[in-house]
Amino acid sequence: MMKNIVRTWLAALMLAVTLNAWAVDLEVNTPGINAIKQSMQARHAQLAPHYASGAVGLTADGLVAMRDAGAVSLAQRQAVIALVAAENRDRGALYAEIANANGHPEWLAEIRGTFAQRWIQRAQPGWWVQSGGNWTRK
Amino acid sequence: MKGTNMKKTVIALPLAAIVLSACVTINIYFPAAAAEKAADKIIEEVWQTQQAGKPVEEQK
Repeated sequence: MMKNIVRTWLAALMLAVTLNAWAVDLEVNTPGINAIKQSMQARHAQLAPHYASGAVGLTADGLVAMRDAGAVSLAQRQAVIALVAAENRDRGALYAEIANANGHPEWLAEIRGTFAQRWIQRAQPGWWVQSGGNWTRK
Repeated sequence: MKGTNMKKTVIALPLAAIVLSACVTINIYFPAAAAEKAADKIIEEVWQTQQAGKPVEEQK
Protein backbone atom coordinates (compact mmCIF):
# COMPACT_ATOMS: atom_id res chain seq x y z
CA MET A 1 0.00 0.00 0.00
CA MET A 2 2.77 2.39 0.95
CA LYS A 3 4.43 1.66 -2.38
CA ASN A 4 1.23 2.54 -4.18
CA ILE A 5 0.90 5.85 -2.40
CA VAL A 6 4.49 6.76 -3.21
CA ARG A 7 3.95 5.80 -6.83
CA THR A 8 0.82 7.91 -7.03
CA TRP A 9 2.61 10.85 -5.48
CA LEU A 10 5.42 10.55 -7.96
CA ALA A 11 2.95 10.44 -10.83
CA ALA A 12 1.23 13.53 -9.50
CA LEU A 13 4.54 15.33 -9.15
CA MET A 14 5.49 14.52 -12.71
CA LEU A 15 2.11 15.74 -13.89
CA ALA A 16 2.63 19.00 -12.03
CA VAL A 17 6.07 19.45 -13.60
CA THR A 18 4.63 18.75 -17.04
CA LEU A 19 1.85 21.25 -16.51
CA ASN A 20 4.41 23.87 -15.53
CA ALA A 21 6.51 23.10 -18.58
CA TRP A 22 3.52 23.77 -20.81
CA ALA A 23 3.35 27.28 -19.49
CA VAL A 24 6.84 28.29 -20.62
CA ASP A 25 5.87 29.91 -23.89
CA LEU A 26 4.18 33.25 -24.24
CA GLU A 27 1.68 33.71 -27.02
CA VAL A 28 3.08 36.33 -29.38
CA ASN A 29 1.61 35.18 -32.65
CA THR A 30 -1.72 36.96 -32.90
CA PRO A 31 -2.92 39.16 -35.77
CA GLY A 32 -2.78 42.20 -33.48
CA ILE A 33 0.81 41.57 -32.39
CA ASN A 34 1.93 40.77 -35.93
CA ALA A 35 0.42 43.98 -37.28
CA ILE A 36 2.24 46.09 -34.69
CA LYS A 37 5.48 44.21 -35.36
CA GLN A 38 5.23 44.94 -39.09
CA SER A 39 4.56 48.58 -38.45
CA MET A 40 7.60 48.82 -36.14
CA GLN A 41 9.76 46.91 -38.58
CA ALA A 42 8.88 49.34 -41.37
CA ARG A 43 9.57 52.33 -39.13
CA HIS A 44 12.91 50.99 -37.97
CA ALA A 45 14.62 51.87 -41.25
CA GLN A 46 13.76 55.51 -40.57
CA LEU A 47 14.65 55.40 -36.89
CA ALA A 48 17.97 53.56 -37.18
CA PRO A 49 20.03 56.56 -38.39
CA HIS A 50 18.71 58.59 -35.47
CA TYR A 51 19.71 55.89 -32.98
CA ALA A 52 23.17 55.97 -34.55
CA SER A 53 23.46 59.76 -34.44
CA GLY A 54 22.31 59.86 -30.83
CA ALA A 55 19.29 61.99 -31.61
CA VAL A 56 17.04 59.20 -30.35
CA GLY A 57 17.81 56.79 -27.53
CA LEU A 58 16.27 53.73 -25.89
CA THR A 59 14.68 54.48 -22.54
CA ALA A 60 14.71 52.37 -19.39
CA ASP A 61 10.94 51.90 -19.63
CA GLY A 62 10.88 50.17 -22.99
CA LEU A 63 10.24 53.20 -25.16
CA VAL A 64 12.31 55.55 -27.30
CA ALA A 65 12.92 59.23 -26.66
CA MET A 66 14.37 62.30 -28.35
CA ARG A 67 17.70 62.54 -26.59
CA ASP A 68 19.63 65.15 -28.54
CA ALA A 69 17.48 67.32 -30.76
CA GLY A 70 20.65 69.10 -31.88
CA ALA A 71 21.74 66.00 -33.75
CA VAL A 72 18.85 66.50 -36.18
CA SER A 73 18.54 69.41 -38.60
CA LEU A 74 15.80 71.89 -37.80
CA ALA A 75 13.98 70.89 -40.97
CA GLN A 76 13.95 67.23 -39.92
CA ARG A 77 13.13 67.70 -36.27
CA GLN A 78 9.34 67.59 -36.49
CA ALA A 79 9.53 64.41 -38.53
CA VAL A 80 11.74 62.73 -35.93
CA ILE A 81 9.45 63.83 -33.11
CA ALA A 82 6.55 62.27 -35.00
CA LEU A 83 8.55 59.07 -35.57
CA VAL A 84 9.32 58.80 -31.86
CA ALA A 85 5.67 59.36 -30.94
CA ALA A 86 4.46 56.76 -33.44
CA GLU A 87 7.07 54.25 -32.27
CA ASN A 88 6.04 54.72 -28.65
CA ARG A 89 2.36 54.26 -29.52
CA ASP A 90 3.24 50.98 -31.21
CA ARG A 91 5.45 49.82 -28.36
CA GLY A 92 2.78 50.57 -25.76
CA ALA A 93 0.20 48.74 -27.86
CA LEU A 94 2.59 45.80 -28.38
CA TYR A 95 3.16 45.29 -24.66
CA ALA A 96 -0.57 45.50 -23.95
CA GLU A 97 -1.40 43.12 -26.80
CA ILE A 98 1.06 40.53 -25.49
CA ALA A 99 -0.35 40.79 -21.97
CA ASN A 100 -3.91 40.48 -23.27
CA ALA A 101 -3.12 37.68 -25.73
CA ASN A 102 -1.88 35.65 -22.77
CA GLY A 103 -4.94 36.40 -20.69
CA HIS A 104 -2.96 38.45 -18.17
CA PRO A 105 -3.42 42.19 -18.64
CA GLU A 106 -1.80 42.60 -15.21
CA TRP A 107 1.51 41.38 -16.66
CA LEU A 108 1.82 44.59 -18.68
CA ALA A 109 4.43 46.25 -16.45
CA GLU A 110 6.58 43.11 -16.33
CA ILE A 111 6.38 42.62 -20.09
CA ARG A 112 7.36 46.25 -20.60
CA GLY A 113 10.27 45.82 -18.18
CA THR A 114 11.45 42.67 -19.94
CA PHE A 115 11.37 44.39 -23.31
CA ALA A 116 13.16 47.43 -21.91
CA GLN A 117 16.06 45.25 -20.81
CA ARG A 118 16.20 43.30 -24.05
CA TRP A 119 16.02 46.35 -26.35
CA ILE A 120 18.91 47.88 -24.44
CA GLN A 121 20.94 44.70 -24.31
CA ARG A 122 20.55 44.15 -28.03
CA ALA A 123 21.14 47.76 -29.04
CA GLN A 124 23.93 48.23 -31.54
CA PRO A 125 27.28 49.74 -30.58
CA GLY A 126 27.08 53.51 -30.69
CA TRP A 127 23.40 53.70 -29.80
CA TRP A 128 22.34 55.61 -26.71
CA VAL A 129 20.51 53.80 -23.95
CA GLN A 130 19.15 54.92 -20.63
CA SER A 131 20.38 53.35 -17.41
CA GLY A 132 19.74 54.63 -13.93
CA GLY A 133 18.30 57.86 -15.30
CA ASN A 134 21.42 58.66 -17.32
CA TRP A 135 22.14 58.22 -20.99
CA THR A 136 25.07 56.04 -21.90
CA ARG A 137 26.50 55.15 -25.26
CA LYS A 138 26.86 51.47 -26.00
CA MET B 1 -14.54 -1.46 3.03
CA LYS B 2 -14.41 1.67 5.11
CA GLY B 3 -10.62 1.32 5.35
CA THR B 4 -10.24 1.13 1.59
CA ASN B 5 -12.27 4.30 1.11
CA MET B 6 -10.10 6.09 3.67
CA LYS B 7 -6.97 5.05 1.81
CA LYS B 8 -8.45 6.24 -1.45
CA THR B 9 -9.12 9.60 0.10
CA VAL B 10 -5.58 9.72 1.45
CA ILE B 11 -4.31 9.28 -2.09
CA ALA B 12 -6.86 11.41 -3.90
CA LEU B 13 -6.73 14.52 -1.73
CA PRO B 14 -3.01 15.30 -2.04
CA LEU B 15 -3.24 14.43 -5.72
CA ALA B 16 -5.99 16.97 -6.22
CA ALA B 17 -4.02 19.50 -4.22
CA ILE B 18 -0.92 19.09 -6.38
CA VAL B 19 -2.80 19.31 -9.65
CA LEU B 20 -4.67 22.38 -8.43
CA SER B 21 -1.51 24.08 -7.20
CA ALA B 22 0.10 23.38 -10.57
CA CYS B 23 -2.78 25.16 -12.29
CA VAL B 24 -2.54 28.09 -9.91
CA THR B 25 1.20 28.31 -10.58
CA ILE B 26 0.51 28.65 -14.28
CA ASN B 27 -1.96 31.42 -13.72
CA ILE B 28 -0.26 33.58 -11.14
CA TYR B 29 3.46 33.82 -11.79
CA PHE B 30 4.91 35.91 -14.56
CA PRO B 31 6.99 33.62 -16.79
CA ALA B 32 10.13 35.77 -16.92
CA ALA B 33 12.23 33.42 -19.05
CA ALA B 34 9.43 32.94 -21.56
CA ALA B 35 8.91 36.69 -21.74
CA GLU B 36 12.60 37.22 -22.48
CA LYS B 37 12.48 34.63 -25.20
CA ALA B 38 9.39 36.24 -26.71
CA ALA B 39 10.93 39.71 -26.48
CA ASP B 40 14.12 38.56 -28.20
CA LYS B 41 12.13 37.01 -31.01
CA ILE B 42 10.13 40.16 -31.60
CA ILE B 43 13.19 42.44 -31.32
CA GLU B 44 15.05 40.33 -33.87
CA GLU B 45 12.16 40.70 -36.27
CA VAL B 46 11.68 44.42 -35.73
CA TRP B 47 15.37 45.26 -35.95
CA GLN B 48 16.08 42.53 -38.54
CA THR B 49 19.09 41.40 -36.55
CA GLN B 50 18.60 37.70 -37.22
CA GLN B 51 21.35 36.37 -39.47
CA ALA B 52 20.73 33.10 -41.31
CA GLY B 53 19.27 31.28 -38.33
CA LYS B 54 21.95 32.52 -35.98
CA PRO B 55 20.65 35.17 -33.63
CA VAL B 56 23.05 37.98 -32.81
CA GLU B 57 23.31 37.29 -29.11
CA GLU B 58 26.27 39.19 -27.76
CA GLN B 59 26.51 42.17 -29.99
CA LYS B 60 28.46 44.77 -28.05
